[in-house]
Amino acid sequence: MNQMNRINGQPLGGAHGTGVPRPGQVNRLAGGQIDHAKTLTFRFDGKSFQGHPGDTLASALLANGVRLMGRSFKYHRPRGPLTSGSEEPNALVELRSGARQEPNTRATVAELFDGLEATSQNRWPSLSFDAMAINDRLSTFLTAGFYYKTFMWPKAFWEKLYEPIIRRAAGLGSLSMETDPDLYDKGFLHADLLVVGSGAAGLAAALTAGRTGAQVILAEEDFLFGGRLIAESYRLGAGSGADWAAAAIAELASLPNVRLMSRTTVIGAFEHGITGAVERVSDHLAQPAAGKPRQILWRIYAKRTLLCAGAIERPIPFENNDRPGILLAGAIRAYANRWAATPGKTVAIFTNNDDGLRTATDLMDKGVSVAAVIDTRPEGKTLAGTTHLKGATVIDSAGRLGLTGITVRLGTGETRQIACTALGVSGGWNPNVHLTCHQRGRPVWDAKIAAFVPGADLPPGMSVAGAAMGDLTTSGALASGAAGAVAALDALGITAKTADLPEAEDAPVNVTPFWYVKHGKGRAWIDQQNDVTVKDVKLAHQEGYRSVEHLKRYTTLGMATDQGKTSNMAGLAVMAELTSKSIPATGTTIFRPPYTPVPIATFAGRSAGKDFRPVRQTPSHKWAAEQGAVFVEVGMWKRTQWLPRPGETHWRQSVDREVLATRNSVGICDVTTLGKIDVQGTDAAEFLNRVYANPFAKLAVGKVRYGLMLREDGMAMDDGTTARLAEDHFVTTTTTANAVGVYRHMEFCRQCLWPDLDVQIISTTEAWAQFSVAGPNARKLLQKIVDPEHDISNEAFPYMACGEITVCGGLRARLFRISFSGELAYEIAVPTRYGDGLIRAMVEAGKQYDAVVYGTEALGVMRIEKGHAAGNELNGTTTARNLGMAGMVSKKKDAIGSTLSEREGLNRGDVLALVGFRPVDRSRPLVAGSHFINVGAEATAANDQGYMTSVAFSPNLGHSVGLGFLKSGGARKGETLRAVNPLNNEEVEVEVVSAHFIDPEGDRLRA
Amino acid sequence: MPDHSLAPLLPLGGATPRRDTFAGLTITENPDVAIASVACRMGRDADLAKAAAALFGAALPGPGQMAAKGDWALFWTGPGQWMATAPFATHEDISRIVKAGLGDAASVTEQTDAWVRFDIDGARAPDMFERLCILDTRRMAAGSANRTMIEHLGAFVLCHRAGEAFSVLGPRSAAASLHHALVAAATSAI
Repeated sequence: MNQMNRINGQPLGGAHGTGVPRPGQVNRLAGGQIDHAKTLTFRFDGKSFQGHPGDTLASALLANGVRLMGRSFKYHRPRGPLTSGSEEPNALVELRSGARQEPNTRATVAELFDGLEATSQNRWPSLSFDAMAINDRLSTFLTAGFYYKTFMWPKAFWEKLYEPIIRRAAGLGSLSMETDPDLYDKGFLHADLLVVGSGAAGLAAALTAGRTGAQVILAEEDFLFGGRLIAESYRLGAGSGADWAAAAIAELASLPNVRLMSRTTVIGAFEHGITGAVERVSDHLAQPAAGKPRQILWRIYAKRTLLCAGAIERPIPFENNDRPGILLAGAIRAYANRWAATPGKTVAIFTNNDDGLRTATDLMDKGVSVAAVIDTRPEGKTLAGTTHLKGATVIDSAGRLGLTGITVRLGTGETRQIACTALGVSGGWNPNVHLTCHQRGRPVWDAKIAAFVPGADLPPGMSVAGAAMGDLTTSGALASGAAGAVAALDALGITAKTADLPEAEDAPVNVTPFWYVKHGKGRAWIDQQNDVTVKDVKLAHQEGYRSVEHLKRYTTLGMATDQGKTSNMAGLAVMAELTSKSIPATGTTIFRPPYTPVPIATFAGRSAGKDFRPVRQTPSHKWAAEQGAVFVEVGMWKRTQWLPRPGETHWRQSVDREVLATRNSVGICDVTTLGKIDVQGTDAAEFLNRVYANPFAKLAVGKVRYGLMLREDGMAMDDGTTARLAEDHFVTTTTTANAVGVYRHMEFCRQCLWPDLDVQIISTTEAWAQFSVAGPNARKLLQKIVDPEHDISNEAFPYMACGEITVCGGLRARLFRISFSGELAYEIAVPTRYGDGLIRAMVEAGKQYDAVVYGTEALGVMRIEKGHAAGNELNGTTTARNLGMAGMVSKKKDAIGSTLSEREGLNRGDVLALVGFRPVDRSRPLVAGSHFINVGAEATAANDQGYMTSVAFSPNLGHSVGLGFLKSGGARKGETLRAVNPLNNEEVEVEVVSAHFIDPEGDRLRA
Repeated sequence: MPDHSLAPLLPLGGATPRRDTFAGLTITENPDVAIASVACRMGRDADLAKAAAALFGAALPGPGQMAAKGDWALFWTGPGQWMATAPFATHEDISRIVKAGLGDAASVTEQTDAWVRFDIDGARAPDMFERLCILDTRRMAAGSANRTMIEHLGAFVLCHRAGEAFSVLGPRSAAASLHHALVAAATSAI
C-alpha cells in the first residue's frame, strides 16, 4: 500500500545555493534547507518581496530585511518574530485575502508559496505609523485588571460604549465575514506506535519501531522532518544533522508499515490514549485543489504514543525587550542554519547558558558579525571571535520600529551601549510537556535544567523521549528515542532492536537560572502576545492574587493564542520570587488542547452548510419534486409540506385546497416517516402490554389498535397504532419525531427490564413506503390498486382492520384501516423501492375522483380539525388525563408509567384538559402559545388558565380553530376566555368548544 | 419475480445503478440484494443453528463476522441477530423464504429496502474509509462485518477481500447523503 508511506512533505534537500545576494534579500545567507535556485514572489502589506521554496513567511521577510511584522494586542507596540516555530507570540498576520483571509496566522510557520499575500494586523493606518499606538502612552491605565477597574461604571456603558471601543483598539486580526470556501475532512488512523515529533528522538524512535514491522505513525508539525536536526550545524555521524535526518526519512518512507505525516500537529491527548492531530493538507498552496481538503482533523488510535516534541527556548525579560530584531537565540540560529536568513547584520547574544554561545559561533561561521555575547554567568569558558561579557545583563534597548542598539550592565555595575540590529536571547530551554498534561498530569521540576519535565501521571499509553523529557543533548535524544520505542513496543509484545545511532554532541547546556532583569524602571515584557509585563505580575501579586490560575486570569498571561509557550515560565518565576516560594511550589497552570490554534471549520469537518447533516428522503420525494412540492425539514427528513398548483400564490390556497379535496373526495399523503417497529416473539403481545398504558394482549390478529405509551413518571411519551399481523408478529408505529427514541426505549425494556420475555424487535421504517389514503372516495381509489382477490369493503375490512395483501398485480403490500384526518382512511405500504411507482399509480387511479396529494400542512389542519393530539400536545409535560385519555390507562395490568400516573397532583379536579377553541370574532386568527386568562382578570402568571398548543385555519369551517390545555377544560365548554399573547401585546376572545371540530361522532371514519 | 406493474426506483433515483470510478477505487450502488433480519427466539439457539445450517449451508457467524455459501451471505448484527442476504432477482420474497426455513426458532423481518448498499472495490478503499469511519479497514480481515457510523448514519461495513473489496450498507432514505459522503471522501483521498 504505497499510500501508507507517502511523504506529504518535500524530500529533504542538501545544502543549496551560492550565497550570491539577490535583489531585496539583504539578509539572505548561503546554504540552508531552501531552494535558492527557485524564486517565489509574495506580498506583505501590499509590497512585493521575493523568497524561496523552503522559506516561511517570517524567514523570507527577515531575509528581505523586514523585522517589523505586527503591532501588539493592547499597546500597539511594534513587534517582529520572537521565534522560528509554532510557539510564536508576535509575528501574527492576516494570510490570504477575500473569503480565505485568515487572521492571526503565525508568519513563523506560514510556508511560503508563490503569490502569497499577507497583511499586518492591529494597526491603522499603517504598520509603521499606527495611530492606536497612543495606547502605549496610556499604559498606566491599561495595566493588569484594567477591564475590571476602569469600565465597571456606569454599568449600561459597558455594552454600548466601552466594549466596542476596547474591541476596536485592542484585539488582533479580523474576519472576512464571508463563508469559508474550503473543505475540511475528519478521519481516523490506527497504529501500534504514534511518534510525535521528528527530531533526533522522534527519528531514532521511528527507525527502531519501523524496522520491527509494527504500524508506526510519525507526525511532524513542520513541513520538513528533522526538528532541530535541520536547524543546527553540528555533525551527526559522518554528515550533518540534516543529512542524517534525510537518510532516516528515506528509509522510513520505504517501509510500508510507517506512515510519515508532515504538516501535522498533534493537538491533544484525549481519553483512552486517543490523540487528535490536524494535518494541514493545502495550507502551503494558494488554494486547495478541487475536492481536496484544506485540513484534516485526525483521530489517532495508537496503542502507544511516544512524545518527542522537543523543547521551547525561553526569553529573559528586560526593559524594552520586545523590539523587532530581538529574538530567541535558538531561533536566530535556526534562521541562519535552516533558512539562510538573519534578522540583522550585526547581532548580539544575551544568554544564561552554553546554548546561547552556540548561536554566536554558528552566526560567526556564517559570516554574520556578532557584536557581543552578554552572559549572565560570571564564570565559564570564554568564547573567541567576539566580546564575551560575563556576569553582564542587557537592561534596555533602542530603536523605534526595530532594534538599533542595547544597553548592557556589566558585572562591575557600569553600563555600555552596543550597536546591533538583532539580539538573540536565551534563558534556557523548557521541555515541551504540553501534551503530557492534557489528562491533568502535572509536570515536575528538574533543577538540573531549571525547567519542568513530564511527571509520572501521563495520559494512558504515552511515554516521552528526548528534549521533551529533559534530555537536551542530541546524543541523549537519539538514545532515549530509541529506548522509548523499544519499551513502548515491548509493552505490546513486539521485540525491537535499538536502531544503530550515529555519534552526536552531548554537551550539557550549563544553565544558571536567570529569570528576568531586575534593573530598569520601564516595562519588561513577559507575554508579548497579550502585552503582559513583569510589572503586571507584580501588580497582581500586590492586589492579592497568589494562585497561578488567578494570576493567569487577572493579567491574561498565557491566555493568548500561543498559550504562553514562551512566557508562562517567566511569569511563574516572578510570582515565585514575590511569594518567596520555589517555582515548583508555585506550580503551573493547566495545559489544555489544542496545542496550537485550530480553525473552527476543521472541527466541523464536512458537517457544514447543506452537508450539516444527512438528509432523509421519502419514497415519494422524486415524484413530489417533479410536481414542484415545497419541502419542510422534519428532523433529518424532508417531507412534502404542500404542493402548489399553477395560479396559487399563497401557501394557504394550496393547503386549503388539499384539505377540502381530501374531505370532499380523496387525498394521498406520504407517511413513511412515521416510525415502524417490527415486534415478534412468543411474548410480543405481553411485551406491548407492558410498554403501552392500554391493553394489547387481546388484540385480534388482523386488527389495529391505537396505543398510548407513558414514561415511567406517568407523562405521555408517544402514541401510534399497532397492527397484529400474526399471533407472534406486530408492527408498531411511532410519531416521526420519536421513531428513534421509542425504538431505543423498547430495546431498553426488552434487554434490561424484561430479559425473560421472548421478544425481538427491529426497525422497518425505511423498508416500507407507506401512504395514507383518506376521504370519502378512499376505498374506491384503493379498489383500483389493491388486487381484486382482497376484499376491502367496509364489511370485510372495517375500521381498524389490517392485513397483508397484494397490489398492482401481485406486489406484496400491507393495508391498515386507520385515520389521522378523521376521514374514511387507509394506510397502504409497499417495499420502499416501489413507493415511487405506487404514488404514481394512485395519482393516476385517483384522477377520476379529483384526488389530491397533500402535505404535512394539510395533514396538520385535518388532525387539528379532528382534535387528534400530536407533538405539540405530547410535549413531555402532559399526562393521559390532560390529553383526555385517562380511561386508556388500564388498571387491570401493570405498564410503564401507570403507577406514577396515579399521583394525586396529576389527578386533581382542575387539571389541564385538552379542549378546542374558536375565536368569538370568527375573522380573527389564533396564535399557538397564547395563554388563557379569564375575562376581566389581569394577565398575570397567577391567573393563568392554560395554553393554546395548536392552531390552524379550518377551510371547512371558514375560521381559525385551536387546541389547548385548559384548567378543568372539560367542564368549561361554552365559556368565553381571552387567549393572551404577551409577546406581541395581543389577545383574542375565544370560546371553549369540543376538540372535535369535524365528525365528533366518528361516522366518517367508519363509513 | 412477482408479475406486478410497479416499477422499482433505485435508492439514488437513477434508472441504472450509480457507479463512481477513481484511480484504484470504484463505488457501485448495488440494489440487487435481498435482505432479511434473523433474530433467535429465546432459548432456541440450537434449533436455529440447525435450521440455519440446513437453509443457508453455512453456520451462523459470530460477532464481527460474515459467512457466505452459494447464494446466501450472513453477517452478525448483534447478540442472537444476523442479516441474511441473497440475490434480489431470485429471492425478492426473502423473508418468507427464510421464515419457512427457520420456522419458529427465529423472528424474521424483511429488510431489503431498509438499506442502500454500495460496493467498494480497489486498493485505495482504505484511503477513503479512513476519512469516513473509525474502522481500521487496512487491517480488517476478509469475512469481517462491523457496525459503524458514517456521515452520522448507522452503517455496516463488510469486508469481502482484505484491503480491497468492501460493502457499505446504510439507511436507504439517506442514500444520497451517504453516497455524497463516500464520493467526497474518495475525491479527497485520491
